[in-house]
Amino acid sequence: MLVHLRRSLVMAVFCLIFFGFIYAFAGTGVSQLFFKSQADGSITANGSTLIGQNWTSPKFFHGRPDDFGPYAANPKNNVAGGDNPLVANGVSGESAATNLGPRSKVLLANTKKLVKYWHSMGVNPTPDLVTTSGSGYDPDISPQDAYVQIPMVSKATGLSPKLLRALIKSHSRSAQWGFLGSSYIDVLQLNEALAKLS
Amino acid sequence: MGFFFTIVALIVLLGFTWRYLGSYMEAVFDGRVHWLGWLERPIYRALHTSPEQEQTWKRYAGAMIVFSAVSLVFTYVILRIQGSLPLNPQHMGGVGSALSFNTASSFVTNTNWQNYGGETTMSYFSQIGALTVQQFVTPAVGIAVAIVVVRGFSRRNSPTIGNFWVDITRCMLYVLLPIAFLFGIIFVAQGAVETLAGTVSIRDALNGVTQTIPRGPIGFMESIKQLGTNGGGFLDTNSATTFENPTGLTNFLSIYLLLSIPFALTYTFGKMVGSVRHGVALLSVMVLLFGVWVGFTSYAEHQNNPAVAAAGIHSTVGNTEGKEVRFGDTSTALFGVSSTMTSTGSADASYDSFTPMGGFGLLTGMMLGEVTPGGTGSGLYTLLIYAVIAVFIGGLMIGRTPEYLGKKIQAREVKLAGLGALVMPIAVLIFTGIAVSIAAGKAGPLNGGPHGFSEILYALTSQGNNNGSAFGGLTGNTPFYNIIGAIDMLIGRFGIMIPVLALGGALAEKNVVPESLGTFRTDNGMFVGLTIGVILIIGGLTFFPAISLGPIVEQLSHGRFF
Repeated sequence: MLVHLRRSLVMAVFCLIFFGFIYAFAGTGVSQLFFKSQADGSITANGSTLIGQNWTSPKFFHGRPDDFGPYAANPKNNVAGGDNPLVANGVSGESAATNLGPRSKVLLANTKKLVKYWHSMGVNPTPDLVTTSGSGYDPDISPQDAYVQIPMVSKATGLSPKLLRALIKSHSRSAQWGFLGSSYIDVLQLNEALAKLS
Repeated sequence: MGFFFTIVALIVLLGFTWRYLGSYMEAVFDGRVHWLGWLERPIYRALHTSPEQEQTWKRYAGAMIVFSAVSLVFTYVILRIQGSLPLNPQHMGGVGSALSFNTASSFVTNTNWQNYGGETTMSYFSQIGALTVQQFVTPAVGIAVAIVVVRGFSRRNSPTIGNFWVDITRCMLYVLLPIAFLFGIIFVAQGAVETLAGTVSIRDALNGVTQTIPRGPIGFMESIKQLGTNGGGFLDTNSATTFENPTGLTNFLSIYLLLSIPFALTYTFGKMVGSVRHGVALLSVMVLLFGVWVGFTSYAEHQNNPAVAAAGIHSTVGNTEGKEVRFGDTSTALFGVSSTMTSTGSADASYDSFTPMGGFGLLTGMMLGEVTPGGTGSGLYTLLIYAVIAVFIGGLMIGRTPEYLGKKIQAREVKLAGLGALVMPIAVLIFTGIAVSIAAGKAGPLNGGPHGFSEILYALTSQGNNNGSAFGGLTGNTPFYNIIGAIDMLIGRFGIMIPVLALGGALAEKNVVPESLGTFRTDNGMFVGLTIGVILIIGGLTFFPAISLGPIVEQLSHGRFF
């Protein structure tokens, strides 16, 4: 028993140092050396391309409704708009999906509210645009989600639908290697390109 | 079409892994791999042990239990005092006692159930020193226990079954470390974050949004999280976040990592017992059940979400609620089934928002006892329990003393196997019964109606099976759920491991009976079918009543919302 205990202590300390700190520090060193931009969070001038933001102006394409409509950030928590990864569904200290079940009354009511919101913006919404993501800050939409927003953006910016369609097309990325996952558009990069046009 | 190619690519890649990782692991546990000998030998010196110093099953189990207890205490203490430790750029305070106990039990049992959001609770010191460490240690312990049972079949008249310290050291150094490090690099190259620099605040001039973005040493935790079928991520929403799982490729590689060791161990088994055909038989059991569940769940997730459809939006891209655009519906379902059926529990979507039948697929995937293919090591040893039961039933049918790989399966072995198979269902059902009967338990669910019951059932099934995935709506960070969950996890891990080690010890002591014409074949389709039957009947009989109150009622209540 005492032999087990002594060996366990030695092993636990070794694992803490080797599989904890040496592993993590070596990994961080290699990452920072060779992939600094990714390792730091793909940060660009206007935010991380991997973290969704809350686009409310009709002059921009909107992302998924992770933090607006019924899921809007709660002003009581002093959250200044936008998808804050440390704040979800208006609750500080959480970053999460809604976790509403497929037969949830709340989900039904929230979806109806979002449909109404999109109709008021002149948009016929796709499923992605009325449902929230798994992370709570999905940075992407599908090309179809962008195409349906053309009437809204065209009206607000005065850019022709044809130009917007071409913009969306040039920013659409197909599934990785042609078959892994789905095709998508990074909303931040799309809107940065849009801002340059208008 | 993309999904079809995803499946084909997965099958090809896993086929190679099964063959070559499987034989490599056999060489590792046989002591023929030495390329990190300069690191391996000093460890044995410090422990005053050596590969020649073999243990009986009782000493092996003793070492395993004491080491797990010490790991539990280490993890608990680090979480409690993290406020006074370095590497804490967000200045997190110490974690509360009930949550620390739950989390320590969770990571020491390879469950990785998380009643906390990592980015708002854990310092970098805790993520690295308490949690990532256990993500290396616990899969190694699981694989070591599986290897003991396999030695039970491959050895003859042997009082000893190996050396615990040597087995886990070899597993961590030669199997887990190189693969995890390599995939860590790939994950970071794809966009996973790996820094010690703390959060970053940034303002978007276009829309006036200011964000505070949590960061940390995420990418390298991600690779060992999936490889070791651990499942506990750095961030609250786990593999759904871009910082853990940035692209379609990393999603695919996550699925690949989850499945690689559990499947490959069947080859290791075949090689160690001297009959790869027997390994193929076990692999067939795993693959057939896994394939059916993938097909079923992917189909279910390709349907409309009932609530979204009722709001007037009809989808051609499946159920999008709680899913990420870059993965899509079917790949998300494949990830979900891979994660629940390997006792991993990582999530690239909100499982709570899966369609009723999609959720059914995930929940029942765990209820089959985590053998299809199950966790690292735990999948193989639990499947061997079912195989022993199948052999016993086959023996009863033809009226002969049952044998498996030449070892007579007698009263003691069948009792131990029966115990191992029943511990999990008993714990899960009793704890679920308690949780739905008292106020502290009923306060947990977010959703109403049958889905609320499913949330409770899912939580205790997940913890009892050392899975760790969740129907995330359940508020689990309460004293009641923290403590009942911790007990559930400890029983689900050690309540099975100890009978399994005893089984390995009992088998190793036996001699081999020569094969005769009347021997029940255990390497053909008949045996595969019988084992699948045993798994489905045990799982079905124990859990059908509970399942019918949850997802089945939910699926059948057309047009009703709760």
